[in-house]
Amino acid sequence: MSLEEKLVSSFLAFELDSDINSPIHDIRSKSIKRFEKIGFPDKKDEYWKYTPIKKILNEQLTIFKKKRHLIEFDKVKDFFLSGIESYKIVFVDGMYDPLWSETTHEGSDICILSSVLESEKYSEHISKYYNKLIDRDESFSLLNSSFSKEGAFIHIPKNIDLDKPIEIIHINSGGETSLMLQPRNLIVLEKSSKAQIIESHYSLISKNSKISTDTLTNTLTEIHVEENANLDYYKIQNDLDTSSIIDNTYINQKKNSVASCHTFSFGGNIVRNNLNFFQNGKNINSILKGVTILGSNQHTDHHTLVHHLSPNCDSYQEYKGIYNDKSTGVFNGKVVVDRIAQKINAFQQNNNLLMGDNSSVNAKPQLEIFADDVKCSHGCTIGQLDKSALFYLKTRGITENDAKGLLTYAFANNVLDNVKMQVLKLKIKKIIAKKIGVNLGFEL
Amino acid sequence: MLKIENLHVNIDDKAIIKGLDLEVKTGEVHAIMGPNGSGKSTLSAVIAGNEAYEVVKGKIMYNGENIEDLSAEERAHKGIFMSFQYPVEIPGITVTNFIKTAINSNLKARGLKEMPANQMLKSIREKANLLEIDSKFLSRSLNEGFSGGEKKRNEIFQMAMLEPTLAILDETDSGLDIDALRIVASGVNKLKNKDNAIVVITHYQRLLDHIIPDYVHVLQDGKIVKSGDKNLALELEEKGYDWI
Repeated sequence: MSLEEKLVSSFLAFELDSDINSPIHDIRSKSIKRFEKIGFPDKKDEYWKYTPIKKILNEQLTIFKKKRHLIEFDKVKDFFLSGIESYKIVFVDGMYDPLWSETTHEGSDICILSSVLESEKYSEHISKYYNKLIDRDESFSLLNSSFSKEGAFIHIPKNIDLDKPIEIIHINSGGETSLMLQPRNLIVLEKSSKAQIIESHYSLISKNSKISTDTLTNTLTEIHVEENANLDYYKIQNDLDTSSIIDNTYINQKKNSVASCHTFSFGGNIVRNNLNFFQNGKNINSILKGVTILGSNQHTDHHTLVHHLSPNCDSYQEYKGIYNDKSTGVFNGKVVVDRIAQKINAFQQNNNLLMGDNSSVNAKPQLEIFADDVKCSHGCTIGQLDKSALFYLKTRGITENDAKGLLTYAFANNVLDNVKMQVLKLKIKKIIAKKIGVNLGFEL
Repeated sequence: MLKIENLHVNIDDKAIIKGLDLEVKTGEVHAIMGPNGSGKSTLSAVIAGNEAYEVVKGKIMYNGENIEDLSAEERAHKGIFMSFQYPVEIPGITVTNFIKTAINSNLKARGLKEMPANQMLKSIREKANLLEIDSKFLSRSLNEGFSGGEKKRNEIFQMAMLEPTLAILDETDSGLDIDALRIVASGVNKLKNKDNAIVVITHYQRLLDHIIPDYVHVLQDGKIVKSGDKNLALELEEKGYDWI
């Protein structure tokens, strides 16, 4: 039985106990029907051309995890931000772990989706926001919507500037079986509210075997940024070589709002990010930034979409990639400007350093512009380090190796300018320096 | 300190320097002047160790050692410094962090311990003051978005930090307004002592009003065609390079 068949046939069992009259059941049923019709993408699908997705759609994957695994704090403490207070929503093997979590219902709701889906109190929120932004032709989004049950639910009320950042942490305990996880996050920032959110995925090496088991996380996040609200979202993908992630994130912005999403891709087997922004209102600013540093046979694919549906808005995309060894990457930046979306400014920049003889990257800007009074620019480079910069550093006594490391670090570091949270910035800088293996000669 | 004998340099098989001799002794300031395309910048690049240039004949002796086979960083470790005509912009690395790395790389290469953080900070402050550099400037990305004057001041700031024995200032006056020129020149003068030497490469005489050379050489078509004292520079200013 293929994974596709396995998923479809497991659906009935999954929904066995659910209320067939509930709106969630309706969403799930419709999603699985649609998924059954379109199935998984294959190589002929332009949207998936450069990512060998079949490789990770393994029929051995376990879809429902039964046993709860306990994890020790020592193994996971580095996953958390240190030095500042934060709200935490922690999941182990897809199940909520109250031990490490710090949730709240005071003012804001920072909690788990499963309880919200079942609660009468939140039914209005759910009917207004849940499953509203999904691409009905995207297999993995449909699949997630079919099986979605657990994840983070965040609701920031009007005029609230959240006092602490929120960490959403998914941990794979590295149990005995290969696992498929389908976390689902729903985030709503009401008018004039403000929040910072960090989402990360980690796997632990199994106790019983020296190597970890293959895992596939198919995660979906829906974010609603209402009028005048301000969101900073950070994704940290720094996982084992056996872990794959498919991430669909949909962000809907209303007028005068600002939303940024930083994606830090530092590892994993196959990582695919579909990051979609929709600008529904005037004076919206959307910022998409990414740093990708890969080695060995790792593969990361960034598909971004910025849909300009309204006039007088800005979007800014800056993605940088460093590819070592045999690693491969994809950047596909799509910008759609509707006829009504006049006087927008859409910027896109993608720079890549190929460090390995067998590394490669496929980069593609994709602009669909139907308005005539707009400013859209895009640029893409693929290459090696600048020789004149290297010479400049060497004349200051910095060795060739250190100069290369420093320039590579500087290349990636430059994307962090907009990270306002200092502890996070430092954490990412340290990961970058470690990934590059540079002797910086200064304290971070 | 520096002795160049019958130097011939090619770039992409094109001869740029065609038999150049120059001797610079400790404590001296030399000015090399010449029209565009005479080989001035090639000379500085080749002394600093730019591998894009090929020495086809002759030698460059530094403190009695032929430095032909030394890399740019090894030359720096031995005390050779070049102030760039066009300093490279490096976004993502601050001036402070860059200079820390450079200082400690040099100390390490000389078998010395890294400079303690407080001493480094003190030294950075002192040298920044010398060049009237604001502390905010030090936390900006290296040369990124700097004005011409800021770039050149930053070059001399690095020179002040690294304390080279031989400093080559390549067109340091280009892109400077009169105030920046005064600051840069006064910085250089304060760094000059009896144990080091400075080679000023320039198209115009105006920098030499501030940094007084002991010797002036005229470079034309890859060769030094005339040498003299500071008055030669004034004469050149008045009569132009065609006069020679």
